[in-house]
Formats: sequence, structure tokens, C-alpha cells
Amino acid sequence: MIQEIAIRLNGEVRRAAVAPNETLLDVLRGKFGVKTPKEGCGRGDCGACTVLLDGKAVRSCLILAIEVDGQSVVTLEGVGRDKPTALQKAFVKNNVFQCGFCAPGMILSSAALLAENPQPTEHEVREALAGNLCRCTGYEPIVQTVLAVAKKSAKKKPAARRARS
Amino acid sequence: MSIAHEFDYAKPARLKEALALLARPAPRGAVVLAGGTDLVAWLRDGAVSPGRLVDVKGLAELRGIRLQGGKLWIGANATFAEIIESPLVKKHAPALVESSGLVASVGVRNRATIGGNVCSAVPCCDSGPTLLVHEATVHVATPRGTKRIPMKQWFLGPRRTALAKGGLVLGFSLPLAKHAAAFAKLKRYRGEDLAQASVAVRVDAHGAWRVAYGSVAPTPIRGPKVERLLKGVKKPDAALLKKAAALAEAEVAPITDIRSSEVYRRLMVGVMLKRAVKLAAARLAGRGPDYGINVMEEDAQ
Repeated sequence: MIQEIAIRLNGEVRRAAVAPNETLLDVLRGKFGVKTPKEGCGRGDCGACTVLLDGKAVRSCLILAIEVDGQSVVTLEGVGRDKPTALQKAFVKNNVFQCGFCAPGMILSSAALLAENPQPTEHEVREALAGNLCRCTGYEPIVQTVLAVAKKSAKKKPAARRARS
Repeated sequence: MSIAHEFDYAKPARLKEALALLARPAPRGAVVLAGGTDLVAWLRDGAVSPGRLVDVKGLAELRGIRLQGGKLWIGANATFAEIIESPLVKKHAPALVESSGLVASVGVRNRATIGGNVCSAVPCCDSGPTLLVHEATVHVATPRGTKRIPMKQWFLGPRRTALAKGGLVLGFSLPLAKHAAAFAKLKRYRGEDLAQASVAVRVDAHGAWRVAYGSVAPTPIRGPKVERLLKGVKKPDAALLKKAAALAEAEVAPITDIRSSEVYRRLMVGVMLKRAVKLAAARLAGRGPDYGINVMEEDAQ
């Protein structure tokens, strides 16, 4: 059984003929050439395959491609396409990653958190990233950078409001 | 290819069609696909190899969280993220917010459903103890009509439930009553882990206690001995808590496995019960922290 699916991938409609036993991760990497989602554990524990499905962070290794027909998928390739986001810039500046294997998942999970909850507590940041494993630098610089970016964005907003009034 | 064997996939839009697809013979059988966070992992491992997957995410009957017929209705397709965010669950079954918040990680909770969790029926299933203390009813659709199965009769063994072949869980109904509750989960580390042991407790305005355990028997189980001991006591003192903990240790049947030893599980169940009962009693008295914590983490103490 082969079925054609269409997904909105990083803003563009993409089509592929898939078999039901192909995971979303298989199809993203193998058929769409999108390589930032990685296969780490292959069972939902490590978060290296994280993508945003209709805006929510999910495990692409535990989703069949055929399930997401008609839905929107964002990978790291779709984040900061024109220029890096404030979060990406801060991650680079603070040198939070070493090998980078976890980076796509960390960035997407952090971006999803900040989109939903622009001013998270440290506990909320740790909760949001608890499913993304890093084996190099540890979590401290990543968590602190997400918090710093959130803090900075809070400072900006009242200023913008004042400027308008 | 990460899944070795082949299967057919169907996503019916109507319940009748879904039941027909589950009933129609398929090589190696047909199984329900909801969030897939267990099923796809098992397919990858080759632990299951059905010939047909029936994706139930298109079925309206399995959706939604609402008050219905004087009960709280939670559709089988409700994800843990939806349950955590639901004002109705927070108001009427807040322990479910507490237990759902401890399921795996955000990326899993955005996809995994309560129906799937209960149907996977692994001994460490996080929803099991909470639904047991709420005396929830499982609503099952079959080709011959709808059946209601009390939660207490649901779990038959590891990965075995009272769901007959071809049946489909529609959702859960939870009786409404003023109560307080708590859920405690023991894990090897912070962040995502399966439970080494879990304890759910619920106490109503008359001091009637319900207790359930996870990961310490072949299925989630109720704790009738502790329930009898605590009956009518809204503020258990230290001596009674000590007795309750000893009874809890005696009424569970844990095993040694990769996550924990039998003796550690048994002793921790006593500790967990004491903490959960204390927390629920404080909440009943209008004190105690908001729901959504884990009393097994040091900063929750």
C-alpha cells in the first residue's frame, strides 16, 4: 500500500508517496532531504527527532508520515530562514552546544515553549526541555540562555508599547 | 526503513467504519492507532506486527473533555497536554493534571492519549492509579453497541485489558464529588522516566479514602487495606500514617526489574503513600500546594 501525502513543510507544500510503515522522520530525511531531525534513540526518549507539528513539539520517530497528511511540519530548516532568531543568536553567542546533535531538538522545543509561554519560569524551561537529551555541555547553559532570551523579550515589549502611545 | 514489516493504514471518519475495519480479518490482526507513542515504538521493535492500523484520530466520538450527564467525560483521544490544560479536569479531577504532567516529556504529552495509555496497559501506566481512585468508567464501542466497564475490572495483566477484540475505547466518565487528591511518582532521575512506583490517593468530604498503586503489581491496583484503615479520618496523625505505610508495603506485589529492585519499590511505596496522604489531607483542608507537583521531588517537600 502506497499513498500520496501532502504536508506543509516549513511553509511549502511538499508531496511524497509513502508506505504506511515509513515514519515521519524517515520521510523528512529520506524523501524531503531535511536532515536536521536526527534519529537518536528511535523510541521517543531523546528528543533529537523533535519537529513542530501544527506548532507543537512532537517526536517524528514515533509518528507515521501517513498520519500527518494535510498537516504543517516545521523543522529547524524552517526556523530563522531569513536571519537567525534571537534564540538562535543567543545559543551561538553563549556557545551552548558542543557536538550539536541535540541542537535542532533543543531549539525547536525552546521555540515552541516561548511561543506558548513567552515568560517561562526556570522550572517551566526545564520541564519543556526535559525530553531533549544533551550528552556534551549539559543543560545549564541551554536553560540559562532560554531564560535570558525570555527576559530580554519582556524588556523590549513595554518599550515598544510606550513608543506607540 | 525503521519499521521492518508492512501493514495497511486506514483513517476512518466514522465510528461505524472504524469498528468494521477492526472487525474485518487482517493478516496478523488489526490494531488501533491513537497517539502512537507506544504503538510506533513497539512496531519499530517488532514487538507487535499487525496487518492493519486503524487511526482513530478522525473520530469525533473520541474527542473532547466536557461535563455530560453529571459526570466528567474525557474522550479517549484527549492528549496528556490537553488534559493538563483543561480547566474542567483541573476543577473536577485535579489529580489527573498531576499524573498527566509526569508522563514522559512535552514532546510525548503533545501526542500520547489517555485512551492509548490505558489500552497499552503496561504496569507503570501513569493514568491507571488516578483513574482507579476516581472509580472511572471505561466506555467501549463494539459492533453490538456500547459497553461500560468499571476501571477496577479493566486491567487484566501486563498489556492485557478487558477490551474485547474489535472493541474501541470511546472515553472515560468520572463521577463528580468534592474531594482532594494527590499523585506521587518515583523516578530514577528528574525529567522523563517510567515510574519505578506510583501512588494515587483521593479523599472526599466525609474522609472516605481511595488509594491505588502503579508499577508494583502486574497491573495498576487499588489499596483496599489502606482505604479501610484511613476511613473517616480527614487528618491522619503520624501514628496512623505509619500504620498505613506498613499496610501499603504489604498490599503491593512488586518485582525486581531494570528500573528498581523489589524491596526498594516496596519500601518506597510506604514513603510515597505517607507523603501523598499528607498532601491530599492538606488540600482537603484548603491548604497545601496547587496540583501539578510531584511529592517525590525534594523541592516539593
